Amino acid sequence: MQRRQFVQTLGAGSAVAGLGLMSGCATSAGRGAKVVVVGGGYGGATAAKYVRLFSDHNIEVTLVEPNAAFVSCPISNMVLGGHKTMADITVPYDNLSKRHGVKVVRDTVASIDATKRTVKLASGGELPYDRLILSPGIDFMWDTLPGMAKAGAADKVLHAWKAGPQTVALRRQLEALPDGGVYALSIPLAPYRCPPGPYERACMVASYFKKAKPKSKVVIFDANDDITSKKGLFMKAWDEHYKGLIEYRPKHKVVDVDAATNTLKFEFNDDFKAGVLNVIPTQRAGEIAVKTGLATANARWCEVDFLTFEAKAAKNIHVLGDAIQIAPAMPKSGHMANQHGKTCAAAVVSLLQGKEPPSLPLYANTCYSFVTATDVVHVASVHKYDAAQKTMLAVPGSGGLSSAASALEGEYAMAWARNIWADSLA
Amino acid sequence: MVTTTNKWLAAGVLCLAAAGAQAQVNQIKVWAAACANCHGTDGRAAAGAVSLAGQSKNDLVQKLQDFKTGKRPATIMHQLAKGYTDEQLADIAGYFAAQKK
Repeated sequence: MQRRQFVQTLGAGSAVAGLGLMSGCATSAGRGAKVVVVGGGYGGATAAKYVRLFSDHNIEVTLVEPNAAFVSCPISNMVLGGHKTMADITVPYDNLSKRHGVKVVRDTVASIDATKRTVKLASGGELPYDRLILSPGIDFMWDTLPGMAKAGAADKVLHAWKAGPQTVALRRQLEALPDGGVYALSIPLAPYRCPPGPYERACMVASYFKKAKPKSKVVIFDANDDITSKKGLFMKAWDEHYKGLIEYRPKHKVVDVDAATNTLKFEFNDDFKAGVLNVIPTQRAGEIAVKTGLATANARWCEVDFLTFEAKAAKNIHVLGDAIQIAPAMPKSGHMANQHGKTCAAAVVSLLQGKEPPSLPLYANTCYSFVTATDVVHVASVHKYDAAQKTMLAVPGSGGLSSAASALEGEYAMAWARNIWADSLA
Repeated sequence: MVTTTNKWLAAGVLCLAAAGAQAQVNQIKVWAAACANCHGTDGRAAAGAVSLAGQSKNDLVQKLQDFKTGKRPATIMHQLAKGYTDEQLADIAGYFAAQKK
């Protein structure tokens, strides 16, 4: 019997369902259950699509996302370097509805009632759910930088750590910088979104300076004791391609910013003034997760059960992506968020069908960084669930780094981008 | 009444069929989904990556084993293949072999 016919036949028998005979059946298929997904980034979009796929389209999925289209953080440093455009990193949400039947609601969530199992939208509407998947990404802890609260400061000193309008604005600042000007990039203490991202960004800005304004300079102020990811590979790239263009200063924790004078203030070091300041602030789980009481780790990150991604603080609410308290060696990356989305979707579908969720999560992480317009380096790892420790652990002997930067890996990096965008959104 | 009873019976049969037809989210399917980031949903890849859907299971297993042992050179797959047991690699290869190209 064809699936379509089968569904129609079942629909025709729905008068019987009123007598209660079909109810057990409906539960076992998860039919009619409602899943609301909040946040259409790598985690949320993937979860929305895979709940539909894993349930054979029997579970209703509504995705709440404020942006009109997805803009990729990975590859966005290439836009800063002038090697890609915003159009190259923007993907519409249309296919999630057209191909997979996900209802996309363009809105933000004002509040969540975990007892009533409802989500209140900023526009005033309310969505009921059986299971809620929250993928709110990160928010910035602006209170750690008091000067950023001054009028106009946030428009002048940019983070560009969520790809979108700030990516475009930072690129304009770099274009407006005179030759001989200084671009200062500050990195917060780990954990933060995309560990190698800042070092890749330094490479991309330097690649632009090398071509367009060779007297200019990139100065990296890292709050950490050392380069947090792909250290040897980045140092090699800086030495080979950007000698004299990039200066790296570890143990420089920014404690305030004076936007009026473009000055960084540090915990222990002298102030530093630059032509363009790019401050990546300290981060925590997206505000809606914190507000709902799910950020149980230092009020910053959400603790979850790694078999299901259900929040430790609330039943029927699953949190994934950059908002969670990571397992050891698990980076806050788009690739990882996509993996969380699938594990979570499988668990949510199983639970709504009254079945045990799969108990052996096993997935990989791959992270590519551009060191020039063409050459790329990677770090890879494989993570499996450890039942005794109830967390994900790296599989011993697996994973590793590139042996050297290469243009071949540059091609793979773009293929990776096309594939993960399609896997999450098409 | 006879008609109604038949309907109920039919519903009961459908219910069983539903439980059977309902693709359970099994572990192998979710493991395979973890490969989709680079190789496309269900192994049907976008440009620039290798499609795994519909390949012969034996060929896939051989390639994965060769990555794992280092016999087949790679930028990344030799590092990832080492994270999986031989049995897991065979299960995942079987899943992709069964997908439509």
